[in-house]
Amino acid sequence: MSSPVLSTIRLSAGYRTRKGDNVLFRDLNLSLYPGELICLMGPNGSGKSTLIRTLAGLQKPLSGTINRQAGLQHQSGNSIPFSVSVVLTDRISSANLTVAELIAFGRYPYVDWRLRMTEEDRAIVEASLRDLNLEPLRDRKIYELSDGQMQMAMIARALAQDTRLMLLDEPTAHLDLNNRVEIMALLKEIAYKSRKAILVATHELDLALQSTDRIWLTGHNKDVIVGVPEDLVLNGAFDDIFRFKGFDLKSGKVQHKAYRDTVVSVHGDGPLYLWTRNALERNGYVVATESAHIDVFAVSESTWRIRRGEQEQVVSSVGEMLQVLQSFGESSRKIV
Amino acid sequence: MPRPGKSIRPWLVLLFSLLTLTVIDLSYGSVSIPPGEVLRALAGGQTTDPVWRDIVLDFRLAKALTCILAGAALGAAGLQMQTLFRNPLAGPDVLGLTSGASLAVSLLLLKSNRLADLPGPWSVAVVASVGCTAVFLVVLLFARRLRDPASLLIVGLMIGALASSIVSVLQFGSRSDDLQIFLIWTFGNVSSLNWPEIGVLTWILFAGLALALSLSKPLNAWVLGDNYAQSLGIRLQRSRVLVILSASLLTGGVTAFCGPIAFVGLAVPHLTRLLISTSDHRIMLPNVALGGAILVLLCDILSQLPPGPEILPVNAITALFGAPVVIWVVIRSKMIRL
Repeated sequence: MSSPVLSTIRLSAGYRTRKGDNVLFRDLNLSLYPGELICLMGPNGSGKSTLIRTLAGLQKPLSGTINRQAGLQHQSGNSIPFSVSVVLTDRISSANLTVAELIAFGRYPYVDWRLRMTEEDRAIVEASLRDLNLEPLRDRKIYELSDGQMQMAMIARALAQDTRLMLLDEPTAHLDLNNRVEIMALLKEIAYKSRKAILVATHELDLALQSTDRIWLTGHNKDVIVGVPEDLVLNGAFDDIFRFKGFDLKSGKVQHKAYRDTVVSVHGDGPLYLWTRNALERNGYVVATESAHIDVFAVSESTWRIRRGEQEQVVSSVGEMLQVLQSFGESSRKIV
Repeated sequence: MPRPGKSIRPWLVLLFSLLTLTVIDLSYGSVSIPPGEVLRALAGGQTTDPVWRDIVLDFRLAKALTCILAGAALGAAGLQMQTLFRNPLAGPDVLGLTSGASLAVSLLLLKSNRLADLPGPWSVAVVASVGCTAVFLVVLLFARRLRDPASLLIVGLMIGALASSIVSVLQFGSRSDDLQIFLIWTFGNVSSLNWPEIGVLTWILFAGLALALSLSKPLNAWVLGDNYAQSLGIRLQRSRVLVILSASLLTGGVTAFCGPIAFVGLAVPHLTRLLISTSDHRIMLPNVALGGAILVLLCDILSQLPPGPEILPVNAITALFGAPVVIWVVIRSKMIRL
């Protein structure tokens, strides 16, 4: 494996207050390698932002050291702007800037006090615009952007800083599903293509599980548990940290309590079977695989056959199926 | 990247307005002088009435220049403060800087015992700037604890009130001779500057503006907030000190000679933004300086409107423009861009 872009040695992070140190992490030994996308996960308030800020050099570590791979163009003085770029949760949307101007901020470490950009600086800004598909928005003011577009622009700004390490704090918060998926896919692509190491702090489990190479999970003992997502699922680390309520991570589903005592058997396969079953569980039926009092055959996307004893009904949607089952319940109560 | 076509044209408009208003200001007053004669006097020629030439060159030119210098300085100081605090309501007078300058100058004046001992223009300017810096540092200390724009404003107002009240106490406890010296200063406005004082103010304006322009990079980066600025390699502490120095120098210089001029520093950046839509301080600083000069000149022209020999102090007129701007900013505060 190539040398790490970032490594920490016995790093302790947290806040210095007048009453003493508020330690959130103790003795972390972590490494980030080129080309990997890592999610830093943990419940709200577990110190994800503090760790990101510390790794980014925005706040001093309480103790320990952080080694960052220096950027190519760094000559003297503070090396951090050349080795780490960040996307933070700070809102800047009130600034009177165009998208291109915002992205050009990424070149600030490289330009002099008169802010003169070279051809190369301009080319890098253009490339960042292109990489995040922001070319049509280049001259748009940032206060006119949607939340998703704004986040893309902030990532482009970080990209223009041309660092080996990119740290993002909750980049997908407040975004809709499409934007969240798009941003994670783009980050993965950037990490792979440009051999950057990207660390994303997030509490969005579903997204992280499906896009990240490794996960850093904030533990109970001021430590960080590192592992491949699947391992952390199967060994119960996630359950332990997040303390899910009614969500079964191993099956990836919310647990439903069967509040009706009607047993329904579902026949079919593929997504048709899965979603039919989902509808039944969500509505409190006990779902069985063997033949039961009521059988539901998922035949096609427009045909469900429901059989109870001698009776058989054919419906054309899951909604109608649920209505039929509901009427069964009412009729049986009348008999009693 | 600035787009030249969009940034140069408003700049020309401002410059043209400034020159026009200067001529109007010179021709207007208790004696009206035709603009053509004003230009002739400025060019060094003889006017139809030789007295006109003296009026223009000896009295009105000094006053017009003072207006231009004071407006430019306050506008540039206001812009820097709004960017530093990332607060659209920040300004030299709002955050108590002018009161700090008044306090410092009054301490200096009340210490000199006789009229003959009156301190020179440089020492007044330096002392006033030191007063500004002191208040600025106190406000900044609070600003780091108070993220809320309204609370910062209240702190600034209170510090201003505190300084003004100390000035009043000093006046009350001083002998009548001292008081006389002090009153000479407090009555000061744009029309009472002599040429050496204008010289000092010019130097201060250029030093402060040059310093501010050299700080364009940190000022621009601050628009993104402290965290992003730091991650882009801006040395926050050092830049903050230099911005304080520039804004205090500009405010202190003006307050030392013209007395407290309210609202200009606050209003001018907003009015300029109506014309020029950018956060780039390399473009904004010169334009805000032009805008400030225009606004104070305009105030000066308005102050001569009442018929009769009395001239209203400019300080009384500036609120006429400033107060509506503040109300407008507060109402539109959701849309504020720095």
